[in-house]
Amino acid sequence: MYATTYHRPSSVDEAAALFTKGSEAKYLAGGHTLIPVMKQRLASPSDVIDLGKIKDLIGLEVSADTVTIKTATTHHDVAASGPVQRAIPALAHLASMIGDPAVRYRGTIGGSIANNDPAADYPAAVLALGATIRTNKRSIAADDFFKGLFSTALADGEIITQVAFPIPAKAGYSKFPHPASRFALTGVFVVKTKSGDVRVAATGASQNGVMRIAAIEAALKANWSPGALDSVTIPDKGLMSDIHGSSDYRANLIKVMAQRAVAAAG
Amino acid sequence: MSTVKLTVNGKAVSADVEDRTLLVNLLRDHLNLTGTHVGCDTSQCGACVVHIDGRAVKSCTVLVGQADGSNVTTIEGISKGDELHPMQAAFRDNHGLQCGYCTPGMIMSAIDIVNRYGGKLDEDTVRHELEGNICRCTGYHNIVKSVLDAAGRMRVSQAAE
Amino acid sequence: MGVEGIGASVVRKEDRRFITGRGRYVDDIKLAGMTYAHFVRSPHAHAKVRNIDSSEAMKMPGVIGVHTGKELVEDKIGNLICGWAVSSKDGTPMKMGAWPAMAPETVRFVGQAVAVVIAETKNQARDAAEAVVVDYEELPAAADIRAAIKPGAPQLHPEAPGNVVYDWALGDEAAVKDAFSKAANVVSLELTNNRLVPNAMEPRAAIADYDEAEEHFTLYTTSQNPHVARLVLSAFYNIAQEHKLRVVAPDVGGGFGSKIFIYPEEMVALWASKKVRRPVKWTGDRSEAFLTDAHGRDHISKAEMAFDKDNKILALRVKTHANFGAYMSLFSSSVPTYLYATLLSGQYNIPAIYAEVMGVYTNTTPVDAYRGAGRPEASFLLERLMETAARQLKVDPAELRRKNFITSFPHQTPVIMAYDIGDFGASLDAALKAIDYAGFPARKENARKEGKLRGIGFSCYIEACGIAPSKAVGSLGAGVGLWESAEVRVNPVGTIEILTGSHSHGQGHETTFAQLVAERLGIPISQVSIVHGDTDKVQFGMGTYGSRSAAVGLTAILKAMEKVESKAKKIAAHQLEASEDDIVIENGEFKVTGTDKAIALPMVALAAYTAHNLPDGMEPGLKEGAFYDPTNFTFPAGAYICELEVDSATGKTSFVNFVAADDFGRLINPMIVEGQVHGGLAQGIGQALLEGAVYDVNGQPVTASFMDYTMPRADDLPSFKLSHTTTLCPGNPLGVKGCGEAGAIGASAAVINAITDAIGNNKLEMPATSDRVWHAIHGSA
Ligand SMILES: Cc1cc2nc3c(=O)[nH]c(=O)nc-3n(C[C@H](O)[C@H](O)[C@H](O)COP(=O)(O)OP(=O)(O)OC[C@H]3O[C@@H](n4cnc5c(N)ncnc54)[C@H](O)[C@@H]3O)c2cc1C
Ligand code: FES
Ligand code: FES
Repeated sequence: MYATTYHRPSSVDEAAALFTKGSEAKYLAGGHTLIPVMKQRLASPSDVIDLGKIKDLIGLEVSADTVTIKTATTHHDVAASGPVQRAIPALAHLASMIGDPAVRYRGTIGGSIANNDPAADYPAAVLALGATIRTNKRSIAADDFFKGLFSTALADGEIITQVAFPIPAKAGYSKFPHPASRFALTGVFVVKTKSGDVRVAATGASQNGVMRIAAIEAALKANWSPGALDSVTIPDKGLMSDIHGSSDYRANLIKVMAQRAVAAAG
Repeated sequence: MSTVKLTVNGKAVSADVEDRTLLVNLLRDHLNLTGTHVGCDTSQCGACVVHIDGRAVKSCTVLVGQADGSNVTTIEGISKGDELHPMQAAFRDNHGLQCGYCTPGMIMSAIDIVNRYGGKLDEDTVRHELEGNICRCTGYHNIVKSVLDAAGRMRVSQAAE
Repeated sequence: MGVEGIGASVVRKEDRRFITGRGRYVDDIKLAGMTYAHFVRSPHAHAKVRNIDSSEAMKMPGVIGVHTGKELVEDKIGNLICGWAVSSKDGTPMKMGAWPAMAPETVRFVGQAVAVVIAETKNQARDAAEAVVVDYEELPAAADIRAAIKPGAPQLHPEAPGNVVYDWALGDEAAVKDAFSKAANVVSLELTNNRLVPNAMEPRAAIADYDEAEEHFTLYTTSQNPHVARLVLSAFYNIAQEHKLRVVAPDVGGGFGSKIFIYPEEMVALWASKKVRRPVKWTGDRSEAFLTDAHGRDHISKAEMAFDKDNKILALRVKTHANFGAYMSLFSSSVPTYLYATLLSGQYNIPAIYAEVMGVYTNTTPVDAYRGAGRPEASFLLERLMETAARQLKVDPAELRRKNFITSFPHQTPVIMAYDIGDFGASLDAALKAIDYAGFPARKENARKEGKLRGIGFSCYIEACGIAPSKAVGSLGAGVGLWESAEVRVNPVGTIEILTGSHSHGQGHETTFAQLVAERLGIPISQVSIVHGDTDKVQFGMGTYGSRSAAVGLTAILKAMEKVESKAKKIAAHQLEASEDDIVIENGEFKVTGTDKAIALPMVALAAYTAHNLPDGMEPGLKEGAFYDPTNFTFPAGAYICELEVDSATGKTSFVNFVAADDFGRLINPMIVEGQVHGGLAQGIGQALLEGAVYDVNGQPVTASFMDYTMPRADDLPSFKLSHTTTLCPGNPLGVKGCGEAGAIGASAAVINAITDAIGNNKLEMPATSDRVWHAIHGSA
């Protein structure tokens, strides 16, 4: 790791102010993406600004139609939350599938979506549930937030403060883990909203990161059942291909994971 | 350079270190607590697991600044004098270690697992929960056995307390 | 057997320090004034080094020195050696290019060191290493066997035209040809034995300490065989003379072969410690381990087997290409030849065998012995072939094997090995029973009804362990003898130290070796210490690999024990005024049989050292040494059966049951033996399902971290069902055979046989990832 200066602000405003002062500052939340990258010397922030101890950024709230998770809430705390388990069980399940227990104790929802790794789990939930990302500047709809590999709509220095998930009628997540990294080789999140709309997002599969799958959405809208997808074929164009999963295999996984997610959603 | 202050194995410690120092380096290089190991550089193997404020985390992926003010327990801090922690005893009795390199991290993760699940542990759960700890020697068979055994012992010792 | 004697599952003495965090591994050691080394490594698979500019690096904070391969040449530091000479079938010696510890002119694999930075801290060394500017001229690379042997392929070493190290053969080609011409059936198979990265959890490390006053070096290193390291470092590398070099291998976090070899980093650290006149520490990280630890396996083979009309094997023909990587590592040449082709008879009566092996250079990390070394490759090939044969001949795979088992011993195979003993039918029966083979068709049918594909697969392996009779290996080209040495010291108070040349890095010698002493003398193991891993303490030794520690190392201890006991009996007889022949040893006492006269071991020891009243002419003291050179290999064997299910929608496999029935001869500590089997099975299953080191066409590693190289985790593996059948090894007094490699040798074929059975397609490469299995089911490539 290159030399850096660590800061621990106690408010969002202080964090944002520190950011503008650093020549090449970076926010740090759980550090479970940023620190490995810094250890590999692939990132060299002049300043590291820790959001993980800002009280306003930790915790979650569940209302009648929304689950709101503050940015620095850990995967563990989401997975273990009774209210989340009751409101959107698929979301708690997804959080419980991220990495391993030690990763879940540190990694945060904000860090995950700000990073937008093409194989990360949370982006699938955020996109499929049509969540709203709130920052210290504005609110961004999920459909506008993810901009391809490792890039998002966030402006330089903008801080995610919370993610608000509308509670759906039904939702399910099914993940086929990458055998080595345990990220998603392919993960599919299926949602039936309270208004009857269907939204489906896949992660781990596309060369452009998380994406919605129109063919599956259409089929499920017509008939919300695993069997409805039997006749759907997913083209492998634009899908990732590597030693762990060729593009045609990932195309198959999108369909199979979607079927299993629907089955889990009930 | 910064001064970090934390509690390690019940003792208050303070050290002047570069900000880029990882918790594992503070423990090993500055505090001579070499029981916590480093087995990878991608946060995957779990050889470095310690407890921060009671949660099992990878100390190779925590900057000292993040740990400032917290309570850290390492493998050196879990036995009571000569009396082994039930998890340590279970690893020994079930031959849950061979070269011993992964063992401190395994034990620290395993204690956390038992703390979370209490009596509801079964083999599949233990195997799944050990996802973040790699062992090259044991094939995990006896590690899983050790954790299940210790879960029983920890229940008994908690009941006794 | 006593409670702590031979055959008892005693908990390990060494565990307390490991479970309390007090193990002492190389990286845990700190010396006063220690400096840190970081290597500058090639990012290219093949390139000329035009220039190395270290001027900026030298100016960086904390930097003490930057050194390059040119300086090694100037200081006449030797190139790395390959210690086993193997000749081609035409008689020409193997063709090797030089392997300098840091490349002065040409780099031939990604990760090869070109320079080293020595600095005050680890971070400073790494910071400065990035400032060393190396001007490379990239060359085309040959990244795998096929690319390397193609006409016009990039050439690695001028010494080895066509990138061929040797073209070796074993067996009777004419006899095999003749047998094939008479065959009723011929079964053939092409297979790949995937390249593996050993990945002991402790990365390699070294600390070199030069003492100017004594002109003496100490090297702390992660080694399986410190004495061999000292010998090689002094005899071949010209760094220090043997009596001026102490090598210490303290607690070592796993080896699996990869820590046998002497690596460039250890050489450079020693050399640099004299240059900078301070201790130099190098600790590798996992990324360096992936790039520089010797890899394992990496064969492509074609195998054909001829059967008569009764399904008896007539002959076997094998042609293998073995990838050596960019340089010939210490024992590499022997692995695909004498440790591989010699085991191709397996458990079967095969009248004629002919094996050809071509060793090939590629622009990849050097390949050498990894757990099993050659024997897993042989066993995989043979057991895949047997299963394929059973399917092709439409006979039960267990019965086809049984029909061809060797049943009388000793048995001379056509490929050098003479099996001393075994009962292959007994192991197979035990395994069949453990898995309830009779019930399998019903289970398969039930699974089918639930939409699952269920399969069963066998593997009946044999291995040659207890490496090795020195004369035999010498005649085959080995550069060293493979005996072992031991010393038994009885202290004046009666406690005992056993000094052994075997090295423990997880095997539990501190316990099992003490059990032998406990057994013989009837004293508790707490009275016995095992001393190993330090060339200043232990007289000599050849280390631990090839499952040799029990069969060879322990027998050496036994020989020394016998000498100690004989002398102690003389002293006891003298003290008790009895005849030496009447003395028996029981519960730590020397007794006169048939009387109640006895003297305790501590009193005998004390008498030996006070020397006030010893038999006339006897030397004082009670300490004896012995060297033991085995007379033959030992031949552990067993039967493994794997039952699993495949999810046809995803290609994912899940284990239903895995049984292993092994014959290891006498078990010193069954609990430790089973632990060894578990670990081996995990590595064998890892090879079959998960692991595989991959390079792209340019020789860039694709799997260079745990993010891409799939290590077996707890949830990838089942619990194993083990059992033992026993034929005692006649070749050593303890009747032991060795158990360290069995699992890794036998497991992979069982897994692949089971998957191919489940999916009904015999064409499947390792690692059988879900992707590959899914493609094998659904037919597209
Ligand atoms: C071994 C391992 C396994 C893993 N497995 C999985 C897995 O299976 N699935 C999965 O999805 N992920 C996985 N992860 C990633 C893990 O979930 C990360 O924790 C997560 O992606 C990033 O969260 P973090 O809080 O650690 O972020 P950090 O590493 O602290 O930050 C990541 C990035 O986000 C930025 N950032 C953080 N917070 C904010 C904010 N509030 N506003 C703006 N920018 C911000 C940072 O500047 C940085 O660029 C794994 C990680 C590891 C080490
Ligand atoms: S060293 Fe921390 S996870 Fe490997
Ligand atoms: S005991 Fe050696 S890595 Fe686990």
